[in-house]
Amino acid sequence: MGILVDEHSRILVQGITGQEGSFHARACRAYGTQVVAGVTPGKGGQLFDEEVPVFDSVAEAVKETGADVSLIFVPPPFAADAIVESADAGVPLIACITEGIPVQDMVKVGRYLQDMPTRLIGPNCPGLINPGARCKIGIMPGDIHLPGRVGVVSRSGTLTYEAVGQLTDLDIGQSSCVGIGGDPIIGSSFVDVLRLFQEDPETDLVVFIGEIGGTMEQEAAAYIEEEFTKPLCALIVGATAPPGKRMGHAGAIITGESARAESKIQALREAGATIIPTPADIGSTAQKVLTGG
Amino acid sequence: MKLHEYQAKEILSRYGIVIPRGILVSTPQEAGKATEELGGAAVLKAQVHAGGRGKAGGIKLVRSVAEAEREAQTLLGQNLVTHQSGPQGVPVNSLLVEELADIQRELYLALTIDRGFGGPVLIGSPSGGIAIEEVAASNPESIHTEPIEPVLGLMPYQTRRLAARLGLEPELSRPAAQVMNLLYRIFTDNDCSLIEINPLIITGDRRVVALDAKMEVEDESLFRHADLQQLRDRAQEDELEAEAADQDIAYVNLEGNVGCLVNGAGLAMATLDVASAAGAAPANFLDVGGGADAEKVAKAVGIILSDPKVTRVLVNVFGGILRCDVAARGIVLAYQRSGARLPLVVRMLGTNVEEGKEILADSGLAVTFASTLTDAAQAIQQAN
Repeated sequence: MGILVDEHSRILVQGITGQEGSFHARACRAYGTQVVAGVTPGKGGQLFDEEVPVFDSVAEAVKETGADVSLIFVPPPFAADAIVESADAGVPLIACITEGIPVQDMVKVGRYLQDMPTRLIGPNCPGLINPGARCKIGIMPGDIHLPGRVGVVSRSGTLTYEAVGQLTDLDIGQSSCVGIGGDPIIGSSFVDVLRLFQEDPETDLVVFIGEIGGTMEQEAAAYIEEEFTKPLCALIVGATAPPGKRMGHAGAIITGESARAESKIQALREAGATIIPTPADIGSTAQKVLTGG
Repeated sequence: MKLHEYQAKEILSRYGIVIPRGILVSTPQEAGKATEELGGAAVLKAQVHAGGRGKAGGIKLVRSVAEAEREAQTLLGQNLVTHQSGPQGVPVNSLLVEELADIQRELYLALTIDRGFGGPVLIGSPSGGIAIEEVAASNPESIHTEPIEPVLGLMPYQTRRLAARLGLEPELSRPAAQVMNLLYRIFTDNDCSLIEINPLIITGDRRVVALDAKMEVEDESLFRHADLQQLRDRAQEDELEAEAADQDIAYVNLEGNVGCLVNGAGLAMATLDVASAAGAAPANFLDVGGGADAEKVAKAVGIILSDPKVTRVLVNVFGGILRCDVAARGIVLAYQRSGARLPLVVRMLGTNVEEGKEILADSGLAVTFASTLTDAAQAIQQAN
């Protein structure tokens, strides 16, 4: 099973004719994902790789192909528009890979999506993958994944691959892996994804990878303590990262000490999570928990 | 991108917020002349991209032209070290000479993005002045926030409420609310990530004046603000960090001697954590980014090799968008260009990893390959 996507998911790629969009659309198809449409305004009527029809608008693509997931590679100045266009066309799930979208654009998009049935993953994220269903919607290397029963959720891109690589090396497969994105404002939080793993009968354990900054890990800790019933291994990176040369005080006033690694680790430990001691111990910690060690 | 106080105040003033009369100078003679123009007494304020100037001696009250020239002589050209500047400090190349203000009360006002709320928040406190973070920690009930719904904007009841919480009498409530509204307009018009007025003062003649101003424009939004791009002051940035920023490489200079090249911010932080745990102190944080080509990797390694404190280099690349062979070519190119012989520990995984390792093995460089994060950290700890 896994979460959010499966073998029936029908993907449309916004920005499919661009350099990144075309490269990753091909990689997704090669993995087994059903890429049914592309959208690039002004290039409607073309065929991508002689098979995938390209449309001028998302609405047309959805109408003609029944696409139900959007994967976005549109450049930052136009990415907010791309997200809203997909939501407006009724696409229930959007994964936005684009890095560098202005925060104030995302503030508005976030507000708009609150009243929509659409779920957004990202932006500035690697996307999501369900290895058992051979469905990859994003930029992660597909071949490091192994079908199985561990869910992975992370704020990072390459560190998610590191986590998956360590799991697969120990023959621990994954039910689904979701990168929620590193930007200040993102569509789906840790809690949103944990709720889905809680409901998924084929996920036995969750590997959770957070980092310094913000308070999202604390919100996740509160949810884990109150409602999450599955075992969870948590890693927080950035304990040795520099605090950054900052100028004002407003950020510190809002998040205070909770942006720091120690405070996040403490919150997750108190919520019952098994803390992964260093980034080199992701696989071994999961293995211990799974085998009851 | 950080702005100088004088640049931020020019923007505030353009929108109609009252600021003190001030003159920007870059020599002691100009400082003296400016003090004379302002009536023979003034405040000299070092223009640097770091908070905590007052405590660090970057703000001087002068009572004569001669005193202004003398103090300006000392301030200009020095590196000011504040608690936010890092140990090297930031160069003082210009001073803002301002008229003396008749301060009756000092308030705090700021706008920033609150991740939890998912939008901008206006923050106010009746306890303005330099120790606002201590106030927030010891007396959090004196910090008031107003989350702003982007569709509605800052509503009049919110500005009235905040003005009341700042303890302002009805006659001052209206001009204070006006300042709040203008700040929000400046924040959205200019894609700011921070505006901070500390202090916002009430003068003896009952005016509301922005005595200081800090402003940061979000880097991701600079593409649509050609005018603001001109305000960048490279001299305030760490030289290597500025060079990296020009190449669109995320780089932070640190204290150790292990140069680190990683792709992805999360993996870069994880690499620093593992190296530190093994007893090897990182010289930098560096995320070369996903879409890097060989030339960009070479530039990134070049920045690492040009850092005099680096004695060994740790590469941790998980090939995805960035292929391992491309990374390897970039590394070899950079070593060839610089003629460096520093030992190199390389951990590569993912796309085209075998080609990448071959390129490095054939390059003649002193490379140690590591397969896991732990191996890499131990190898770099032993490399010399």
